[in-house]
Amino acid sequence: MSLIEVRQLWKRYGDTVVLEKLNLNVEAGEFCTLVGTSGCGKTTFLRMLLGDEQPSSGELLMDGKPMPREPGPERGIVFQRYSVFPHLSVLRNVMLGPELQQSRFLGRTWGAGRKAIREAAEHILTQVGLQHVLHKYPSELSGGMQQRLAIAQALIMKPRVLLLDEPFGALDPGIRADMHELVLRLWEENHLTVFMVTHDLKEGFSLGTRLLVFDKVRLDPQVPGAYGATITFDLPIGRRDTDTLSRVTRSVQATGQFLSEKTVKGAV
Amino acid sequence: MRLMNLRPQRPLAVLLALLPFIALLLLYMTASDARLAENPNDKLLPSMQSMVDAVQRLAFEEDRRSGEYIFWSDTAASLQRLLIGIGISASMALLAGVLLGTLPLARAVAGPVVAVVSMVPPLAILPILFIVFGLGELSKVVLIVIGTAPVMIRDMTQRVLDLPPEQAIKLQTLGGSSWHLMLRVVLPQVLPRLLSVIRLCLGSAWLFLIAAEAIAATEGLGYRIFLVRRYLSMDVILPYVLWITLLAWVMDLGLRKTSQLMFPWFHAGQERNA
Repeated sequence: MSLIEVRQLWKRYGDTVVLEKLNLNVEAGEFCTLVGTSGCGKTTFLRMLLGDEQPSSGELLMDGKPMPREPGPERGIVFQRYSVFPHLSVLRNVMLGPELQQSRFLGRTWGAGRKAIREAAEHILTQVGLQHVLHKYPSELSGGMQQRLAIAQALIMKPRVLLLDEPFGALDPGIRADMHELVLRLWEENHLTVFMVTHDLKEGFSLGTRLLVFDKVRLDPQVPGAYGATITFDLPIGRRDTDTLSRVTRSVQATGQFLSEKTVKGAV
Repeated sequence: MRLMNLRPQRPLAVLLALLPFIALLLLYMTASDARLAENPNDKLLPSMQSMVDAVQRLAFEEDRRSGEYIFWSDTAASLQRLLIGIGISASMALLAGVLLGTLPLARAVAGPVVAVVSMVPPLAILPILFIVFGLGELSKVVLIVIGTAPVMIRDMTQRVLDLPPEQAIKLQTLGGSSWHLMLRVVLPQVLPRLLSVIRLCLGSAWLFLIAAEAIAATEGLGYRIFLVRRYLSMDVILPYVLWITLLAWVMDLGLRKTSQLMFPWFHAGQERNA
């Protein structure tokens, strides 16, 4: 049985179809990158995996059971921004998850329990390279360090699935390369299943075991919202030659251009 | 250099800040002198000396009738009413703001009521308060609460709603409950915002306090001002107004400093704008 199964999934907002006829099986341990132009439903799909959005029809299963209708500890998330709590220090941010698990009423722990959590948090923070800023607040960290913190915060819960929503979109290219290395290392060391949404096709091609391209197959010039996107390319790690990259790029860019023209016209 | 790029340095900035105060003081003293030179019994712009005398009489000499130091007992009475009123309002705002901002169900039930009630002009229902709660301390405190609480509740609710929705999702992925969200994420983050809401509402709290004291009281800063108004005692009114202003300013400053001391993470991004 696959970890994640998607069967004939549709997502509509009113008359606008975002996703149509989506079918997908993802095994435990895969690293899927989701690419596509804006408005092609890759973030919507991620939010459905998260439990923040529900499918309009079709099935979304985890371990053969319907996905819970709200977020939970088995699915970790890192957003592009606002993933960490500004009022907690780095260490406290990472300790928060286990503390909430152990203390249902106060959400705080003391004594030996706290010490164990603290050690686990320090261990994970060392893994992501933040051992030297344990007592700083997130506002004192750089963008890249904040994202490392967000990843550590998600990892301490030992989630079955780690969801990354354009996690490096706001970072400089150099730092982004470091982060790719970090994420790949953590994925291997912790046996994670990762879904990562990205704008950057190259990033999607270089990272992970599987590339999912979200794109619209049918385009209606009169009603741009009539047809939704689906997965047009599902490429395993071997199929990453430049030829395929340019084919995917062309297809995605054509849709992107179509959508932006339609949206501008629609706005006027 | 362009005007918009000229920033005064420390000693100059202090001097520039003091300048308008000194100008106002000089203006008053000249005007007062001019009027007193024409008519030594003029009461409108009393001299500095007569104001000092009045403060000396009220603050440092026992009142012959009651045996109290009127200035201090007025201050104590007013501050007590104000602090109780603000305290109740702030507690209500914190509690209701966190609940309404966090739970859509609570917002559906109480949101419209709070919005409508906050539109009731508090002074218009002051007579009702006097009828219902009598002329004692209670009606004055209630007026402050009614005047400030609904606005504060709306403001706090909005500030909770302004927190990024990602935080609530993140907390759920950390295994947190609704209660955890309120206790560990929302409450600590809106405490500094509560202090700034209190700062904004202090002005109207003083307004309602003075209004209530002017109408029915036996002591208090507002009561004294409206009492001596009958005798045109500007030598008492002006020091009292200055004293109220000073108290309000110190409270505002105290709240701001407390916030900076207790919530450094909140002010980290704001230092440049201060």
